[in-house]
Amino acid sequence: MKIVAVTSCPTGIAHTYMAAEALEQAAKDAGHDIQVETQGAAGAEAVPDAAIAAADAVVFAADVEVRNRERFAGKPLVQTSVKRAINDAPGLIAEAEAAARSGATAPVAEAAPAAAAGPQAPATKVDEGAHLGVRLRQWLMTGVSYMIPFVAAGGILIALAFLIGGPEVANKVNGGTFGGVKYAGVGDDLSKLVAVAGYAGLMFKIGAVAFSMLVPILAGFIAYAMGDRPALVAGIVAGLLANEIGAGFLGGLIGGLLAGAVVMWIKTIKVPRGVAGIMPVVVIPLVSTLVVGALMLVVVGQPIAAAQRALTSWLNGLSGSNAIVLGILLGLMMAFDMGGPVNKVAYAFGLGALASGNLKVMAAVMAAGMTPPLGLALATVLRKNLFTRAERQAGEAAWLLGASFITEGAIPFAAADPFRVIPSLMLGSAVTGALVMGFGNTSRAPHGGIWVVGLIGKPVLYVVAILIGMAITAAAVIVLKSMGHSETEIEPAASRQATAT
Amino acid sequence: MADLITPELVDLDLTATERGEATKALAERLQAQGRVTDLDQFLADVRAREAQMPTGIEGGIGIPHCRSVAVTEPTLAFGRSTKGIDWGAADGPAHLIFLIAAPEGGGAEHMGILAKLARKLIHASFRDSLTQAPDPEAVVTLVKKEVLGQ
Repeated sequence: MKIVAVTSCPTGIAHTYMAAEALEQAAKDAGHDIQVETQGAAGAEAVPDAAIAAADAVVFAADVEVRNRERFAGKPLVQTSVKRAINDAPGLIAEAEAAARSGATAPVAEAAPAAAAGPQAPATKVDEGAHLGVRLRQWLMTGVSYMIPFVAAGGILIALAFLIGGPEVANKVNGGTFGGVKYAGVGDDLSKLVAVAGYAGLMFKIGAVAFSMLVPILAGFIAYAMGDRPALVAGIVAGLLANEIGAGFLGGLIGGLLAGAVVMWIKTIKVPRGVAGIMPVVVIPLVSTLVVGALMLVVVGQPIAAAQRALTSWLNGLSGSNAIVLGILLGLMMAFDMGGPVNKVAYAFGLGALASGNLKVMAAVMAAGMTPPLGLALATVLRKNLFTRAERQAGEAAWLLGASFITEGAIPFAAADPFRVIPSLMLGSAVTGALVMGFGNTSRAPHGGIWVVGLIGKPVLYVVAILIGMAITAAAVIVLKSMGHSETEIEPAASRQATAT
Repeated sequence: MADLITPELVDLDLTATERGEATKALAERLQAQGRVTDLDQFLADVRAREAQMPTGIEGGIGIPHCRSVAVTEPTLAFGRSTKGIDWGAADGPAHLIFLIAAPEGGGAEHMGILAKLARKLIHASFRDSLTQAPDPEAVVTLVKKEVLGQ
């Protein structure tokens, strides 16, 4: 196994080097290759990028901030104090082995192009292209790994709120009509929250706030992975604006990449020494936030609103047509961006139908919104090794989120690997949408998932439709991910053998 | 460059029972050899480092150290305590004390020697030899051989 490590301590003359020595000894004893970067007073000799790309795991033994840590983004990481490395280096190496094993898919995919190119290979046009793909995935995985706790905490709180407070809890908090009863909502005075909506309402509100940070955190940490700390603000603001303009997670993903790219570009500009000091604190955040914010509002925002209007009127025009076709379309839309603009059009269409007394559309919309997280959760159980450790943890939360019709539970997977995951989700949701329409299920509840099954017409068939869509999504994502990996797995195996002999 | 360690910088029978006292005893040796110009300044710098996180590590080792303007040459003072002195390590008191003094803004060459020294401290064989060293000269010979290859 190949390991890279960084050691650093406050003074940089003693523990940094002791930890490095201890790690080198322990790695050697365990039969691993290790390269240690000592960020100490004797000057740090940086571990080459090729070594990082080829590494199976990264160890940070540091009591102070690791410099240029973005180089290691996306790698299985063990992070600890410098003393721990000195006192128990063999234990730490064992942890690195475990991290490498559990995060197995990420390093295989990431190491492939760099290993194939060889560590000393000159940068050619093709290599650069391959390299960008590798880095892109690392950037996305960084954003996803910071986002997952928000999905889990927010999503599970919302799901529990529905479970405890009943499906009307959302309307008690936000206002609106549920089951013929009109709720005023809590309004701006949150001190009345518990009195009006109960403790379930309290949980719902907390969950909703955590959830509202999902896209900003995703965008912010994608940008952070690309441009380090100065890029965080532009990324988070881009994500907040994606929320404001209803651009969803795809808007946030683009905003985060945009923010990171702008910061990376600004960093290449040579500035006088006097200005250089305030670049990372003032100039880069200011300029990048302004530029990216303006792009989000002007260039991204308007087309989304226009597309939403067009989709809505198109769906309205389809109302009279074949119910199964409508079910397929709604399913595709629900799964396309999981809470983004397209999903919202489909959901709003379902709400509109519900208000006018058509209960079938809502049933299809809800079922199709449940299968994406459920299907992915199933896939992480069936084929563990196709997912990173972070994704498998997201998979555990996704069971509850999917069952509660919280489609956002699928976002971590879609953000990390959009081109394989989103089509799989759309396929399963389309089938479920068609089946629900075909079975003639109805729903009097606008949300709540499996917990409002009492309000569903023909509940057994409804569950069958969801299970089928879930199985299809799981199968599709497993097939697509296996196809992608079979190409990359041959390469590093061959090149590793070549370097070993 | 002056020697990293000399017999005058070795105390094989530290009588101090507390971290601050032991550091002071070794620091006074540094001062007597002209390696430290301002004892109070130097001790304050060591304390500041120690306050961030105690420098004791498992295996009975304490490594008080700092980079200080009061230091003239990169220097090691070594002390041995039979009773042991609490240095903040989880597994008990320290018996081998390495006081490492680095000049502020020392060059890469200076720092490189201290880095080599730090790496040696990990090795049990090095520690054992120091524990068994019969006199200060033996300590100096051992350090020079292991760290400087002389």
